[in-house]
Amino acid sequence: MSAGGAARTTPVVEVEDVRKTYRSGTIEFEALRGIDMRINQGEYVAVIGPSGSGKSTLMNILGCLDVPTEGRYLLGGEDVSRMSEAELAHARNRRIGFVFQQFNLLPSLPAWRNVELPLVYAGVARADRRARAVRALERVGLGDRVNNRPGELSGGQQQRVAVARALVGEPDIILADEPTGNLDSASTTAVLELLDELHASGRTIVLITHEHDVAERAGRSLVIRDGLLADELVAS
Amino acid sequence: MSWAETLRAGLEAIRAHRLRSVLTMLGIVIGISSVILTVGLGQGAQDQVRKQIDALGSNLLIVSPGSTTSSTGMRGGFGSASTLTLQDAAAIGDSDVVPDAAAVAPTTTSSVSLVAGETNWTTSLVGTTTSWVDVRARELSSGRFFTAAEVEQAARVVVLGPDTVAELFSGPTSPVGQTVTIDGTPLTVIGVLSSSGASGSGQTEDDQAVVPLGTAKQLTGSASSSVSTIYVEASAADTLSAAYQEVNALLLNLHGVEAAEADFTIATQDSLVETANATNETLTVLLAGIAAISLLVGGIGVMNIMLVSVTERIREIGLRKALGATPTVIRRQFLVEASLLGLAGGVIGVLIGIAGAQVLPGLIGQPVSISLVATLGAIGTALALGIGFGVYPASRAARLTPIDALRSE
Repeated sequence: MSAGGAARTTPVVEVEDVRKTYRSGTIEFEALRGIDMRINQGEYVAVIGPSGSGKSTLMNILGCLDVPTEGRYLLGGEDVSRMSEAELAHARNRRIGFVFQQFNLLPSLPAWRNVELPLVYAGVARADRRARAVRALERVGLGDRVNNRPGELSGGQQQRVAVARALVGEPDIILADEPTGNLDSASTTAVLELLDELHASGRTIVLITHEHDVAERAGRSLVIRDGLLADELVAS
Repeated sequence: MSWAETLRAGLEAIRAHRLRSVLTMLGIVIGISSVILTVGLGQGAQDQVRKQIDALGSNLLIVSPGSTTSSTGMRGGFGSASTLTLQDAAAIGDSDVVPDAAAVAPTTTSSVSLVAGETNWTTSLVGTTTSWVDVRARELSSGRFFTAAEVEQAARVVVLGPDTVAELFSGPTSPVGQTVTIDGTPLTVIGVLSSSGASGSGQTEDDQAVVPLGTAKQLTGSASSSVSTIYVEASAADTLSAAYQEVNALLLNLHGVEAAEADFTIATQDSLVETANATNETLTVLLAGIAAISLLVGGIGVMNIMLVSVTERIREIGLRKALGATPTVIRRQFLVEASLLGLAGGVIGVLIGIAGAQVLPGLIGQPVSISLVATLGAIGTALALGIGFGVYPASRAARLTPIDALRSE
């Protein structure tokens, strides 16, 4: 990992021996059994693994939606592994841009209102929010769909709105959880190309998927199996 | 997220689910409008009573025959005859015996048929003395009241109430100087009373014929000296209770009875108001209780629908949390939404209540008075209901974990 430029060597994500145990009555289940990983600024990393591998648990922890039972997780140099729920919410707001498989757009709001949501919770003034949301929509090629509601957009367009929403707050990482899982092949290509472009412009992207051909686009793939990091593939 | 943003988001959520919001508010709307109306009805009835009793005069003692002090009801004197007499009235009028009485007006009341020309009208005939007009705080719109000499001679003169005049005489000519007959006896109209300003339904304050006491006795063919009511005006508001004591002691003495066996009742205006209000209050409390229950039901309705709303919007809540909404922000959003529903329900309820207050008196003949305090109180209650019953759904929403919320279908 001796890439060019000082920025590239700054770790955004540092995971040290992270474990996650779920308890249900007397039954314990170890979803993660000691994961170590680093993701540097500007990297495009795929996390792949079959269902039940602990991939979703890892994604929840990386996304600050959950905290590890043991171990340390530094996000942008800040320890988020022992944060309270409210602190986690702030960390998510500032540091993470989510792209979900289900798009998760609010159907009653026009595209730009969906995109501005992270800014609302960041306390950005109204006028600024709209301008920034429109810019983010232009960035994903939907400058002409600013006032359309999700129901008036195709699946691919909806996912691009979601990407715009992930971009708008200038987060440390964009965390995409199976972003193409609900898309046809043409839209899949469009969304993946968009992620490529964002990566090329310097964004840090973490892509969670079970599809190897999707993962191949990333510079590095981390393979999770049975709660452990099983393999690391670096693109040639 | 600022309060203004939260408020805007709440309004948007309410507008986005119009039907549901209206249904949520319905319980509160009904509850608040019924509270406004019941309180208004109670208040209206009290105001009416107060006005009627105030119109009787000021610093007034009303002595009537029979006793209402025992819980078993009225105790008559001898048979059905009145126990009050002209002699009682004369004794009360003696300033040595009752120094705190300014004026005394013994009064008889009976029902008679007045005839003026071709017109015939049944009204109450009040036989009294010259002090009646002062004691009862009445004024004359034209003519004059009868004099002491006319009372002495039982002169054939009459002073008519304004409503009576309206019934008997048509046209612009003044009735003063004209003649009305009662049972063939002609009486000269010498004056017309001004309106008492308090003639409610069934009241005869503006519809009566006032004649000298002796004249009334002759007209009704009554030879006894009994009177139906003795009005006593105290010299001032602070001598009213002294006058009460003096009259009471005097009459007990004259009638030769103990206080426990009093064959007369002395009422003050305050005691009359209290008696009337006691009845009204029971009814008001009962109705207000029903209204309070409907408010409670309305509040539970808000909670129900808010819980449904939380369940329905579980993904939205998850998403908002994932994007950075803290539990506090989510709780606040749902609380604001519930309080807005409560507030809107309250305002609509008050508007319906006020509209009802305009319509209702025409339908049931009861005045409804809406007070500002009751209105603000009702809106405050509705707001409090929204907040109170919004707490549980809001904390449910706040407690949702974003992972579970996002995953739910």
